[in-house]
Amino acid sequence: MSEQKLQSQTVQTTGHAWDGDLQEYNNPLPVWWVYTFYATVIFAIVYWTIYPSWPFGKGWLGGVADITYVNSDGETKTHSWNTRALLMEKLNAASVEQKPYFDKVASMSYEQIAKDPEMSGFIQSAGKALFSDNCAPCHQAGGQGKIGFFPNLTDDDWLYGGTYAKIHETLMEGRRGYMPTFGEVLAADQIDSLANYVASLSGIPHDAGKASAGNVLFHSETAACFYCHGGDAKGRKDIGAPNLTDNIWLWADVPGSDAAEGKIAAIRNVIAQGLNKGVMPVWAGRLSSEQIKVLTVYVHDLGGGQ
Amino acid sequence: MNLNFKHEWIETNIGLMAVLTMLAISVGGLVEIAPLFFIDKTIEKVEGVRPYTPLEQRGRDIYQREGCYLCHSQMIRPFRDEKLRYGHYSLAAESQYDHPFQWGSKRTGPDLARVGGKYSNEWHVQHLIAPRSMVPESVMPNYPWLQTTPLDISDVTDRMKALRKVGVPYSLTEAEYKANAQKFGETVARQLHIPDAQKNLIEQANFGNYDGDRSGISEMDALVAYLQVLGTMVDFSKYKDDAFVDSR
Repeated sequence: MSEQKLQSQTVQTTGHAWDGDLQEYNNPLPVWWVYTFYATVIFAIVYWTIYPSWPFGKGWLGGVADITYVNSDGETKTHSWNTRALLMEKLNAASVEQKPYFDKVASMSYEQIAKDPEMSGFIQSAGKALFSDNCAPCHQAGGQGKIGFFPNLTDDDWLYGGTYAKIHETLMEGRRGYMPTFGEVLAADQIDSLANYVASLSGIPHDAGKASAGNVLFHSETAACFYCHGGDAKGRKDIGAPNLTDNIWLWADVPGSDAAEGKIAAIRNVIAQGLNKGVMPVWAGRLSSEQIKVLTVYVHDLGGGQ
Repeated sequence: MNLNFKHEWIETNIGLMAVLTMLAISVGGLVEIAPLFFIDKTIEKVEGVRPYTPLEQRGRDIYQREGCYLCHSQMIRPFRDEKLRYGHYSLAAESQYDHPFQWGSKRTGPDLARVGGKYSNEWHVQHLIAPRSMVPESVMPNYPWLQTTPLDISDVTDRMKALRKVGVPYSLTEAEYKANAQKFGETVARQLHIPDAQKNLIEQANFGNYDGDRSGISEMDALVAYLQVLGTMVDFSKYKDDAFVDSR
């Protein structure tokens, strides 16, 4: 109360009066606040001068700060500061450290890389990062694949081949798995015979009578399984037809079950419905040729490389 | 005190004060928005960007309906780590036909601006039905109904007409169709012709068979078709790595 009284005596009013007696105190801002405000104004003007700011004509004022970078053609360019030029600068800086390694990857053969301990270390770390970003969603973090969807990269069984050249081809060009549907071509008992025969190739318990009928059918023109899977049923890597004799299953498996009947039912299912999956995306264009080479060696080194 | 006089004068003339207040607060808009209509460097000049086909557009509607943008951005920023993980930074030109754009502001999941072509259709289908079956550490919800819900295509022409009203060059007349053919080529122009929208949608869905199920067109077909086109329209191999530095 006394403080209010004091204020009314010491603080000046703005001098206007409304409705006869309504007055307004004039309390100036603290000095520190006023100078901070002036400082921000000066900061803004300095900032406008250095960095891109005001719209101007059909463009904008670029500011005096600039960035020098080297583009992919090897041209050195100076550009007024912006985030895209800054990115070029950062990529340049990073490539100073990485480029020697990637250049080596580009110039060395796969076998040389595999034998060179320093390069193997680089492949393991660079390859892991690339694999985790790009491959792991399908083939899983360790390359173990996903039964029914995406092949295991750590075993000796390869749909399209496990050599450096074949892995590289798969990465560059992608793959598309396909098996026709036989549900409408073959009768149910024929499909059952074929399934028993295919099971027999991998030593899965089966009906021997059905399997021998399936053997005939497999090599006949009616079902023509041998066209793709080969007369010995060991598959054809040029078209990605899997080896049916190695008891390694991608499409026709029942995870967690060893029951023969379940496996045979799964095989029947694949024969009847066919497959129109097993699509590997094309990585050429999305990844650089050096990155693809790193991945080729990394995948080869996962355990199954040939 | 001439200054005091003016101050009082404004405060006691409410009409004048309203006008002056409006002028003051429109400065921000004038400075930040108006120039965008005159600056010709904002939208990069690139080839290949086109409006979505009817099927992709319906997929985009589902993307919005399910709130995908709440966890996924579609905006790769010009940072080295983002370039390494997601690819070339997003261009303004790439979302010029997006209404509304899906840049987003929150990444609980990864950015999707260039997810097109990165995974197979089958991966997308399986991942949308049960994300953890593909990515064990994922926190994405399951969207199993997409695969079992038939896509509603009855209103696709109306949806395209609405987008046409806000500036997407879908064609209604023969003249507009010809203009599109000139600009995007015949193949694309046919997809953008509103009278053929349903036919085009069915054709693309049947040909692409995005959900792996030929028995009908599901919402999964549309969403996967949309995801597979994201970020794929511009062929960056045609441009130098600093081709878009000027547009900032």
